[in-house]
Amino acid sequence: MKAEVKVLHPGLFSTIQDFGRRGFQKYGVPLSGVMDRIALKIANLILQNQADAAVMEITQMGPKLKFSAATKIAISGANLSPKLNDIEIDNNQVVKIHEGDILSFGRPKLGMRSYLAILDGFKTEKILGSRSWYEDITSHEKLEKGMKLQYEASEEEKYETHAGIKFDEEYLSSEEIEVFPGPEFEKLPETLKSHLRQSKFSIDKNNNRMAIQLSEILENELQPIITGPVLPGTVQLTPGGKLIVLMRDCQTTGGYPRVLQLSEKGINMMAQKKAGDSIGFLWKS
Amino acid sequence: MNDFPKITPMGERGILIEFEPKIDENLLEKLIFYKNKLEEFYDEVNIEVINTYNSLLISYMFTIENIYNEVLAIKKLFGEAKIGKINNQQIFYLPVCYNEEFGWDLEYISKEKKLSTEEIIKFHTKPFYTVFFTGFLPGFLYLGGLDKKLQISRKDQPRMKIEKGAVGIGENQTGIYPKSSPGGWQILGNCPVQFFDKNNNPPCEISAGDKVKFYSVSREEFKEISEQISEGTFQLKKENYEG
Repeated sequence: MKAEVKVLHPGLFSTIQDFGRRGFQKYGVPLSGVMDRIALKIANLILQNQADAAVMEITQMGPKLKFSAATKIAISGANLSPKLNDIEIDNNQVVKIHEGDILSFGRPKLGMRSYLAILDGFKTEKILGSRSWYEDITSHEKLEKGMKLQYEASEEEKYETHAGIKFDEEYLSSEEIEVFPGPEFEKLPETLKSHLRQSKFSIDKNNNRMAIQLSEILENELQPIITGPVLPGTVQLTPGGKLIVLMRDCQTTGGYPRVLQLSEKGINMMAQKKAGDSIGFLWKS
Repeated sequence: MNDFPKITPMGERGILIEFEPKIDENLLEKLIFYKNKLEEFYDEVNIEVINTYNSLLISYMFTIENIYNEVLAIKKLFGEAKIGKINNQQIFYLPVCYNEEFGWDLEYISKEKKLSTEEIIKFHTKPFYTVFFTGFLPGFLYLGGLDKKLQISRKDQPRMKIEKGAVGIGENQTGIYPKSSPGGWQILGNCPVQFFDKNNNPPCEISAGDKVKFYSVSREEFKEISEQISEGTFQLKKENYEG
């Protein structure tokens, strides 16, 4: 049976995401997809969904949502104090939903992005192989008041709950971001190399699904490069000396030197950092 | 073998293949040839290859298990390959209206370059531009081949909003904004054709290696073409390109 989640209040910034849009980078289309893949996997696993079932990615201040029919949900990633009908619920567990239930969020406790999975995934439009929202590719780019998001209602009791599973949430708070040297790393002067290895950096307020800037200004004499490929996790050094960590909605090509490349876990960890948080780079090779 | 590329991992899901940094059509042919080879060699479900001016990036669906083996396999593939001609290259003819309404910077270019508007249009519509790759925005083509007489620096202060379809020049590049966006290029006209359609697969007919030629249309013709486009009756003129 068709059912829908109605947006009573949109919160700060929420989108529908899955693993993203593959195969279209050659047309300049970003990969997109959930910022934190670990949380997506956990939330879908708890509900025994397909690994790439579409979820809602919720940033810092959550929305207020009303369900039109029974289903089950699971919330993973950041802890944004979720409440069902005004009663606090936990992350990482199956939550039964009844017709008319209202899900809301409170004070952000840990992390930046929370993931709301629903039984069998959200059934919003699929464009170029993905349901991930992106400006001008999908009809919507962020949650807005009054919006209705489709899902399949389910009263069935066919699923066992995963009450006993413990998930390692250390990545939500760890400051150590795993990196590899990027294509232009070797062109950096020794002082800058060791600075990148040893210093702490802080997350700038200028951060979104495309990129996260770091606040520190480095002395940079590296020239721009001839436009080349970039990926989520590529760390660029701008002529002004700022480090920019490209995230899931990043463009496919860029002209700034690519000094570092985050590991997959590193990208997921960055997705959970908020303005003012401190990070350091942990070298992998 | 001094032109053999540098092959390095880019994180856990990417391998970057770099040739010497230059903008060159022979290099582009080589890149497209290798790109096709890689797509044949791997299953396209598992990888995605993009090219830029001098690089190929293979991005993997999953974390690469053994980077060393992967790099060896690519080296072997490239070593054995005999570079041939690329097939299926096409020329696309794109209408551009170069009037004052759309050509916001025509007057400025005219003054800076000491050219009449007619000369600007003549020099801009003459070349067969080479599509090097698509990047920056969905459907944004990086075109090579701009006449040196039209090369002009970007605006000191980028505009907050450039119209969809705007045709501009930035240094030695020219291109079309596929959607309205902020931008710093000098704008000389507008192209009504939308060649990126998210509801098609592939979403863009024009790809790396193809050629683009602009032709000048009047304001009336622009309006006519726009109407034909919205009715779905516009036929984009294209033909095979024989190198």
